[in-house]
Amino acid sequence: MTSSVPTARSASAPGFIRGNPQLTRGGELKHLLSIEGLPRAILNYILDTATQYVEDAHRVGKPAPLMRGKSVVNLFFEPSTHTRTAFEAAAQRLSANVLNLNIDTSSTRQKASLLDTIDNLSAMQADLLVVRHSQSGAPYLIAQHCAPHVHVINAGDGCHAHPTQGLLDMYTIRHYKQDFRGLTVAIVGDILHSRAARSDIHALTTLGVPEIRVIGPRTLLPSGLEQLGVRGFHNIEEGLRGVDVIILLRLRDERVSGALLPSAQEYFKSYGLTTERLALAAPDAIVLHTGTTNRGAEIESSVADGVQSTILNQAIFGIAVRMAVMGIVTGATEPNLQGGR
Amino acid sequence: MKIHLKGGHLVRPGKAMGGSGQQTSDLFIADGHIVGIGAAPADFTATRSFDATGLMVAPGLVDLAARLCVPGCAYEATFESEMAAALAGGVTTVVCPPDTDPVLDESGLVETLMFRLRNLNQARVYPLGALTVGLKGAHITEMVGMTQAGCIGFSQADVPILDTQVLLHALQYATTFGYPVWLRAQDPYLARGGVAASGPVASRLGLAGIPASAETIALHTILELVRATGARVHLPHLSSAGGLALVRAAKREGLPVTCDVTINHLHLIDADIGYFDAQYRLDPPLRTQRDRDAIRAALLDGTIDAICSDHTPVDDRDKLLPFGDASPGATGLELLLSLTVKWARDARLPLPQALAKITCDPAAAVLGLAPGRIEVGAPADLCIFDPDAYWTVHPASLRSRGRNTPFLGYELPAQVRSTLVAGQFAFEREIDKNL
Repeated sequence: MTSSVPTARSASAPGFIRGNPQLTRGGELKHLLSIEGLPRAILNYILDTATQYVEDAHRVGKPAPLMRGKSVVNLFFEPSTHTRTAFEAAAQRLSANVLNLNIDTSSTRQKASLLDTIDNLSAMQADLLVVRHSQSGAPYLIAQHCAPHVHVINAGDGCHAHPTQGLLDMYTIRHYKQDFRGLTVAIVGDILHSRAARSDIHALTTLGVPEIRVIGPRTLLPSGLEQLGVRGFHNIEEGLRGVDVIILLRLRDERVSGALLPSAQEYFKSYGLTTERLALAAPDAIVLHTGTTNRGAEIESSVADGVQSTILNQAIFGIAVRMAVMGIVTGATEPNLQGGR
Repeated sequence: MKIHLKGGHLVRPGKAMGGSGQQTSDLFIADGHIVGIGAAPADFTATRSFDATGLMVAPGLVDLAARLCVPGCAYEATFESEMAAALAGGVTTVVCPPDTDPVLDESGLVETLMFRLRNLNQARVYPLGALTVGLKGAHITEMVGMTQAGCIGFSQADVPILDTQVLLHALQYATTFGYPVWLRAQDPYLARGGVAASGPVASRLGLAGIPASAETIALHTILELVRATGARVHLPHLSSAGGLALVRAAKREGLPVTCDVTINHLHLIDADIGYFDAQYRLDPPLRTQRDRDAIRAALLDGTIDAICSDHTPVDDRDKLLPFGDASPGATGLELLLSLTVKWARDARLPLPQALAKITCDPAAAVLGLAPGRIEVGAPADLCIFDPDAYWTVHPASLRSRGRNTPFLGYELPAQVRSTLVAGQFAFEREIDKNL
C-alpha cells in the first residue's frame, strides 16, 4: 500500500453514534463488535445458521457460495494462528477471497496510521474486515471510520471482547445441553484479562442462563464484576459444585511471572481442573476450553482427553459459527430474525 | 484609554451585594484600572463607551492549568492560537505547567518565555517552574533564580517523583523561600498502564484501571510531608471522593493546602466513555457518579478552591486512536466559563458564588494575587458575557488548535462578548445582528 486516500474525518464529528454501533437502524447486524447489547434473537439466529453449516460439513459437497466475489481481509494487529485460521477457513468455505494482513504495532508509526490502513483497505474494495487488536475498543474505532459498505468483525480486542469465541462457546453448550435455561455455568481462570470471558458472560446472560459463576484468585477477577450479573468464587471446589458447564480460560505465560500469580504450578494447585474437582460438578457436566490447552497449567491431561471434554469438536463448530457471522453481517445470508428461539 | 461600560450587570464574586453579589451599574476604567463603579470620578471623559446592557460584566477568569505550547509544542497548536483561545474564553490570567519541550527548568527559559509574554493585550501568564531538573525527580531546580525570572511556584506537572526523599527535600527547599509547590496526587505504580478509572465500566470495557487508591495513597504521602515541612502545596485535578475527603480533613486540621478540579470532572463520569470514545480519555481518568457528586459537594463546602480548564490541545492524529493508545487531554480554555455557568444552573447556585471558583478564589487562595475582583483600584481585567446566549461546541467554533473535547456537540450557556486586560479591549466577538 502506498498512498493513503484523503478523506474528511475528525475525531470530533459532532453527532457521533450514540446508539449501538453494530446494529443498523432496522436492528440488523452490520458489524459484530461485542455480544453486549445484541438481542437474544440475533444470537439464536447466528447459532441456528451455524447448525446448518455443521450439518453441511458432515455431508459431501460444499456449502452455497454465498460470498463469491466478496473480499475478506483478516487484519491482525496482534499475532494469532488459531482464530485467524478459523476465519480464513470459514471465508473460503463461503467462496470469498481472503487476504491476510499481519501488522506489527510495536512501532509508533504503525500505531498512528491505523485509520490510514483502513482507508486503504476500503479503497481496495474490501467488504469485510476481521480485526484483532491489542487495544480494547479498536474495532469500534474502525467500524466508526470505515467506508459505509464495509463490515467489521471483532476477532478479539484487548481485554474487551472476543464475540466469535463467545458464540462458539454458546454453540457448544447448546449442542450438548439443548437449552440454556436452568444451567449453571462456571468460568475458571484469568477473568481480568480475558476478552473471551466477557463475551461468554454477555452471551450467557442474554441467552437466559440463570447462574454464572467466575472462579479465580482475587488478582485475576476484575472489580465491579457483579454488575455484569455473575457471582465470584475464590475457592474452586465451592465454585464447581453442581455446575453443568465449565469454561476454562487459557493462562497466558506472562501472567505467571509478575505479581498476579507466583507460578503456574501453584495456580494449578489451587485452580487446575483435576478429575477430583470435575467430580464435584454435575455428572453430565461438559468442559469447554478457550484457545490452546495448557496441559498441567489449567487442566489435567486425563480431563482434557476425557469424555466430558468438548475441545476437539470445537474446531468444526468454530468454523461454522464464523461462517454464520460472516454471512449475516455482510447480508449474504437472508435475515430471518423471526426464526429465533 | 478611558472606558465607560454602560448598563452592564456586574457580577462580583466574593463580595456580597444584597446577598447576590450582583447589581446593574456602569463601570469606569482608566489607566488599566477600575476607577469608578456606578458614578464616574471627577474629570472622567471616556475615549470609548461600550454598551453592556443585558450583558454580565465579571472579573476576567483565572485558569490554574492551561498548556500554551511554549516553549516547544508537539502539536499544531501555537502560542498565538492558544493565547487567542484564552481571551475568547474570557480568561485573563493563566497558569501554565512546566511540562513543555524543553522542560521549564532553568531561568533562561523562563526569561525567554516572559519576553514573549511582554506584549500588551493578551492574558497574563504565570508559569510554574519544574520542581526537579527535566521533571526527572532526581535533582531540584534553581528555584530562586527561576522565581526571579517570573515563576510563581514549582510543579512536576503530571510526572511523579518516585523517590520520596527527593520529594521531601524539594518541599523543604521550596518552603525555605516560601514558594508554593503544586503536586499531582497519583501513585505512579497504581496508575501504571491504566487508562480509565477502576470499576464496573473499565471492567466491562476491558480497559486497564486506575484505582481511586492511586489518588488517596499519593495524598497521604503528600499531606504527611506537608505536616513535616509546613510546605504550601496546591493539589491540582483531584478526581475521587476519597481524595476530597482527605483534603477536607487536612484543611480542617489547618494544613496549608489548596486544590482544584477540572471542568471535565465537574460534569462527566466514567460511563460517558460509551463505546470507547477517546474524547473521554483524560488524566486523571473520569470516575463514578459518586465521585462527581463528591466533587460538586466539595466545591460548595469550600474544600475545592478552584475549577480549571486543564486545557491540553491534542491533535486528531493523537485522538483518532484506540482508547488506550489515544493521548489524554482536552481543549478547555474556551469552555471554562460556559461549563462553570452550566454547573451554576444545574446546582441552582448564584452566579457570583460559582464564578468565584474561576476568578477570585484561585487568584487569592492559590496564587496570592490581586485579580479576580471588581473593585475601585483593581486592575481592569474583565470578562463581558451574555449568559443567555447558547452556543454549540464545534471544532470550527474554537480558536484553540486543540479541537478535541468531550463536550463537542454540546449546547452550552454563556458566550463571551468581550475580554479586557489591563483596561484594554483584548477580544471582541463579532455578533451577527441578524440572528
